[in-house]
Amino acid sequence: MLKNFADYIVFNLLTLKPGSRLGEALDFFIYDTIKIFLLLAVIIFVVAIVRSQFPPEKTRKILSHKREYIGNVMAALLGVVTPFCSCSAVPLFIGFVESGVPLGVTFSFLVSSPMVNEVALVLLWGLFGWKIALIYIGTGLVVAIISGIVIGRLRMEKHVQDYVWEMQVGNGEIVEKTFREKLDFAREYTLGLLKKIWPYVIIGIGVGAFIHGYVPQDFLARWAGRDNPFAVPVAVALGVPLYSNAAGVIPIVHALMEKGMAIGTVLAFMMAVTALSLPEAIILSNVLKKTLLATFFGVVALAIVFVGYLFNAIL
Amino acid sequence: MKIEVLGTGCAKCKTLYENTKKALEESGKSAELVKVEDIPSIMKYGVMSTPALVINGQVRFSGKVASVAEIKGML
Repeated sequence: MLKNFADYIVFNLLTLKPGSRLGEALDFFIYDTIKIFLLLAVIIFVVAIVRSQFPPEKTRKILSHKREYIGNVMAALLGVVTPFCSCSAVPLFIGFVESGVPLGVTFSFLVSSPMVNEVALVLLWGLFGWKIALIYIGTGLVVAIISGIVIGRLRMEKHVQDYVWEMQVGNGEIVEKTFREKLDFAREYTLGLLKKIWPYVIIGIGVGAFIHGYVPQDFLARWAGRDNPFAVPVAVALGVPLYSNAAGVIPIVHALMEKGMAIGTVLAFMMAVTALSLPEAIILSNVLKKTLLATFFGVVALAIVFVGYLFNAIL
Repeated sequence: MKIEVLGTGCAKCKTLYENTKKALEESGKSAELVKVEDIPSIMKYGVMSTPALVINGQVRFSGKVASVAEIKGML
């Protein structure tokens, strides 16, 4: 139905010819924009209601003194439903380790929380379909679990800034919200997030539409296709500085995939965009010494590169 | 009355501070309003998501920006 609406505007009202470059690009742009914003509004609202059930204080209590493996798995899963903003990464990290959440388990949370986020999911689902969205969630969780286990095994507790261990942390009683308050929270959360990301989404879809209409088919197959072994690591390296623009990046990547970028490379790139971010690294350097910060980035980057190669090989 | 706005200096924290200031002005109540930005003081309250609002040493909410009207109701 949305497709018909977009077709109607472009080909009937604007009388562009079907099959013309401008017409196809514009049709693509209108259709994607409406679809994505509808999905965003609905899904972010639902996710916000789910998230209001899992304040970080509750998550911390669940994860405290959990053992390896089970702790990492639970941390990665809770990372999906606990609200997280990189600006409160520091109090969150301290709150976790001080209340006895093991370091490796804390990292599983820190990886999965930004990576499996609702904006990325909506865009993946809306543009790539539910299969790719599910693959992204699944592999994202595995990357978070494995990275956390590896970091935990490396016994890097002494590479956490010393003051973190000496800090006095209050209990942080959970103020239980009423259902009405949860709805209010969800509404404000949805509006706030949409307000923040809408320009990126529109620019992203616009650039994607341009690529869709003007770039020749298979243009990227030679460089970003599955036969180029360097495509995955290069995609991961390019993803790091693009943080917080998942909203703008995913529509562009979608168009690039049509032009021959391999699926594993696409997944690796998106994971790097969401999970590895420079601003977050700077914020985390308040609590992590350089060695641990570098290890964290290195382990997660390696895991993502591995995912990229794996999917280029099997799909 | 003592009101503290906890936050490490992000945009949301500034908005909450402004909203709280406005709520105080509009309600005509007098209170000492401070911005708490250092991590140890924030952690003392056990707050893990910022910004948060503390009134007379009690955490009223964390991890959201409350509206002026909402804050007025808490004063």
